[in-house]
Amino acid sequence: MHILYLLVPFAPLAGALIAGLLGRFIGPIWSHRTTISLIFISLVASVVIFLDVLEGNTYNGSVYTWLVTGDTRFEIGFLIDQLSATMMVVVSLVSLMVHIYTIGYMHNDPGYQRFFSYISLFTFSMMMLVMSNNFLQLFFGWEAVGLVSYLLIGFWYTRPTAIYANLKAFLVNRVGDFGFILGIALVLTYFGTLDYSTVFALAPTKIDETIEVIPGASWLIVTLICILLFVGAMGKSAQFPLHVWLPDSMEGPTPISALIHAATMVTAGIFMVARMSPLFELSETALSAILVIGGITTLFMALVAVVQTDIKRVVAYSTLSQLGYMTVALGASAYSAAIFHLMTHAFFKAVLFLGAGSVIIAMHHEQNMEKMGGLKKYMPFTYWTMFIAALASAGVPGFSGFFSKDAIIEAVHFANIPGVNFAYFCVLMTVFVTALYTFRLIFMTFHGQTRMDVHTKEHLHESPWVVTMPLVVLAIPTVAAGWFIGPIVFGDYFNSAIYVAEQHDAIQQLSEEFNGVGGMMLHALSTLPFWLSVAGIFTAWYLYSLRTDIPAKLKTYFRPVYNILDRKYYIDELYSWLFAGGTRALGTTLWKYGDIKVIDGFIVNGTARVIALTVSIVRHFQTGYIYHYAFTMIVGIFVILTLWLY
Amino acid sequence: MSFEFPLLSLIIWLPIVFGIAVFVTGDDRNAYLARWISLAGSILGLLVAIPLYTSFDPTTSTMQFVENHIWFERLNVNYHVGVDGISMPLILLNCFITPLVVGAGWEVIKERVSQYMGAFLVMSGIVNGVFSSLDAMLFYVFWEASLIPMFLIIGIWGGPNRVYAAIKFFLYTLLGSLLMLIAFIYLYQTSGGSFSIQDYHQLAIPMTPQILIFIAFLLAFAVKVPMWPVHTWLPDAHVEAPTGGSVVLAAILLKLGGYGFLRFSLPIAPDASHFLSGMMIALSLIAVVYIGLIALMQADMKKLIAYSSVAHMGFVTLGFFLFNSYGVEGAMVQMISHGFISGAMFLCVGVLYDRLHSRQIADYGGVVNKMPMFAAFFMLFAMANAGLPGTSGFVGEFMVIMGSIKLNFWYAFLAATTLIFGAAYTLWMYKRVIFGTVANPNVERLNDISMREFVLLTILAISVLWIGVYPYPLTDAMHTTIDHLLIHLNSSKL
Repeated sequence: MHILYLLVPFAPLAGALIAGLLGRFIGPIWSHRTTISLIFISLVASVVIFLDVLEGNTYNGSVYTWLVTGDTRFEIGFLIDQLSATMMVVVSLVSLMVHIYTIGYMHNDPGYQRFFSYISLFTFSMMMLVMSNNFLQLFFGWEAVGLVSYLLIGFWYTRPTAIYANLKAFLVNRVGDFGFILGIALVLTYFGTLDYSTVFALAPTKIDETIEVIPGASWLIVTLICILLFVGAMGKSAQFPLHVWLPDSMEGPTPISALIHAATMVTAGIFMVARMSPLFELSETALSAILVIGGITTLFMALVAVVQTDIKRVVAYSTLSQLGYMTVALGASAYSAAIFHLMTHAFFKAVLFLGAGSVIIAMHHEQNMEKMGGLKKYMPFTYWTMFIAALASAGVPGFSGFFSKDAIIEAVHFANIPGVNFAYFCVLMTVFVTALYTFRLIFMTFHGQTRMDVHTKEHLHESPWVVTMPLVVLAIPTVAAGWFIGPIVFGDYFNSAIYVAEQHDAIQQLSEEFNGVGGMMLHALSTLPFWLSVAGIFTAWYLYSLRTDIPAKLKTYFRPVYNILDRKYYIDELYSWLFAGGTRALGTTLWKYGDIKVIDGFIVNGTARVIALTVSIVRHFQTGYIYHYAFTMIVGIFVILTLWLY
Repeated sequence: MSFEFPLLSLIIWLPIVFGIAVFVTGDDRNAYLARWISLAGSILGLLVAIPLYTSFDPTTSTMQFVENHIWFERLNVNYHVGVDGISMPLILLNCFITPLVVGAGWEVIKERVSQYMGAFLVMSGIVNGVFSSLDAMLFYVFWEASLIPMFLIIGIWGGPNRVYAAIKFFLYTLLGSLLMLIAFIYLYQTSGGSFSIQDYHQLAIPMTPQILIFIAFLLAFAVKVPMWPVHTWLPDAHVEAPTGGSVVLAAILLKLGGYGFLRFSLPIAPDASHFLSGMMIALSLIAVVYIGLIALMQADMKKLIAYSSVAHMGFVTLGFFLFNSYGVEGAMVQMISHGFISGAMFLCVGVLYDRLHSRQIADYGGVVNKMPMFAAFFMLFAMANAGLPGTSGFVGEFMVIMGSIKLNFWYAFLAATTLIFGAAYTLWMYKRVIFGTVANPNVERLNDISMREFVLLTILAISVLWIGVYPYPLTDAMHTTIDHLLIHLNSSKL
């Protein structure tokens, strides 16, 4: 079995190295063949491991010792359980589909091999992240996916917007990682190890320990650790206020928007918190914070999606909002629901992104939806798969997104920690907004009049099979993944991997009412979320299909509101003024005044000047004339003698 | 433990002998010969250093490969050399860097080739002498001697403002080391006429003289490291130095300061070290934060990397004064790693400088279009400079952050800002130099790296990744020595 575990991450790594280092020798065809075969091996291995885990065979062991210092051993190792096995299958499946899709999307791009190398490297990093059995390796994977994300956002490195976006993404993520590494450092200090199982076993014994970070204010150590770890998750999973990098990351090629910035990497934060459930369950304060942050992200990012006209940005803001849902679920201790939504979202969001990419190919890289319309009849595969994904996204009963989202909403409803009412309001309202922006996208892109120029229109056609095949394959779990909600969320699937304290266990209460997939769908018809969703779809249809004149009027009437949403609450402007500008100003001040004026100007060169001055006086005594020296000697002898005799 | 074969002497003197042989080849008509002798000498120097690692016994903290001969009997000065887990990795680093420096100057240096190459070989031997001296006078001689080759390298092969930079470098470091000499003389007196460093370690010293000794050493070592606020010579020296000079300066000479703290300040004045640790930590953290911010605003690539060196060396001094194994071992790893990374970063800038004769960020842009292979290497080293896990840059910073949070949350907080600043200044520079469209006709004419440059950068890339992925062998070698040092540090000498 061990060799299989190793195969899952290292097969993609081999692919990355081959395509990256040898790509120019083996050419594009063999680069994609090699990487795809190796990802396929990784997928098969993941599935075999997954089935093995279903039998109850989990694994926790070390691969090698990274470092020993003092009496602490830092290991690289794997923890294979229900949580990691689920993630492994999701990651390798989406990754394989994206690899195949890339053949079509990146066709003729000069960086073809490099692209394959990067996405395989990403798969390796993500696997190391999810399979880790300790915080250190988690951080390794965490930063490595950040690196690949950086490389891929800036893939088209001659575009100024792309290289701005990738730097921004990396730095904002680093702000999150700053908190994350402090959290890890506190774990090491208070638990003496970074190994998950030991830390989780010790966690209940540390519940009363406090730390005085600010003198006089004593905080629970667990709370501080959890909040710092969550800061890391806020960076990676793009939660308010560290969300600013994700929309800009759309500068990268669309396949990676699907793989990295929707389906897998951005969910690393969600995965991490679920993995750390034995810690987070001990801190109600941290859970409350998560709930509120998640709630804000869910609603406010969804609202931005409504006014976007770039098709990828709509999907990007939708991703932010959906990540908010998952975060809210974490805050409500519904970890299994969060992971379940992570999974369904990975599928339907991958379809939405890849579908958007397919549209972009057809439109000759035009991304503005106002210049689309009526694509339905030209691109049937793209249309129908995206339509299915839209239904899933809007939470229409029967489709995967419905089950996971409904579980989250209900779990928040049953939860009883501070902040839950706010979060409940947010997630409920967002159901309407989600349906609205998703179907706005569908109607603006595929229905109504064609608004593109004649040339583009003449060349409209469905994308090649390498593009549509992944869409179709991913559309299957987009529909069907939800039907497994029974065992996964309400059953004991995650029992050993996720810990929920009894007083937080909203899912437990829900599962008592759960009576099958059909029952859940029937029950939904009489609940608010369903009607909100229907209302959202109806509104989208009315505004963007029936009365297409109204949106423009609304825009004029509510100009201030529209501006705020269009400028994304002016957060980018604020950050670039406050943080980017502030840091630069501070750096310049310290340099010009601290180093140049004070240290070099005053102290170093000042010393030199004092010496020069002293010397300029002293040198008058060294004239080189014998009689001057003789005179001085006589004076000296006279003085000494006087003192001695006196 | 004594070793029959005088391995350390060979490691010290072989490069020096080769260096002299290179000088003898004379003027530039024999440049070809000078280059090959230098390369042979530097590679041989590395090869003879390998037994130092393979025969090293990591289970003991006593000195190994010891040689002890009388030098000046009347003053009790001995030719006494030996290594432990602290000096051994540094000697290896030095022997490893020397062939790279010879390679870096291969075609680039066209004038006074033999003097240039010879100076580096001689310096390599001298630095090995510094790291292995167990006699204070021998140490002092090597220490001061190491200044001369670097002074010449900057002063002769440097940039337009080389004389100012060379003199600033020389005076700054000389001033510090004079106080060290006074400390040695004091210790010689109180120990009853011994120059043995190991005797000093055992010497009981009252608090006031301990503090004075500590400060005397501090000035010598702080200038070398360099610590804030005595760092301003470094950017000037780097900017003016030729590529090889910058590589050696950053990779090796800065480590002399760090090594000094471990060999002298901490064990000789442990109580003073504890007493002044708050100040030392404060200075180190200022280096990390303040210098990080300054580095961000540099327009000259070499200056930027020089400032980033100061910030990274801040982690070294921070680690030392945490007095726990994470801190001290992390600082050691940081020194080794910084040797690779800063060396690689200066080599990368050198690659660009050799082609366009400019170090200004503004003169570049879109280099990746013309030099994709170079861009890939530079990316790796830039990420290592930003402390990305999987590269050596992460290991030391990680360990020091782990060590500092044990003392105080805010130490770790300030130290961890390097995650943000380090990434900001490195990647912002990378973006402006490498990414984008071809900025000007000069960039348009760039050629990708040559085979020679490829080999140099590949060797460094492998080292950076190796330490990042598997640092165990490195820390394993220094473990016992550092544990011993920490025990020693925590027992008072009063």
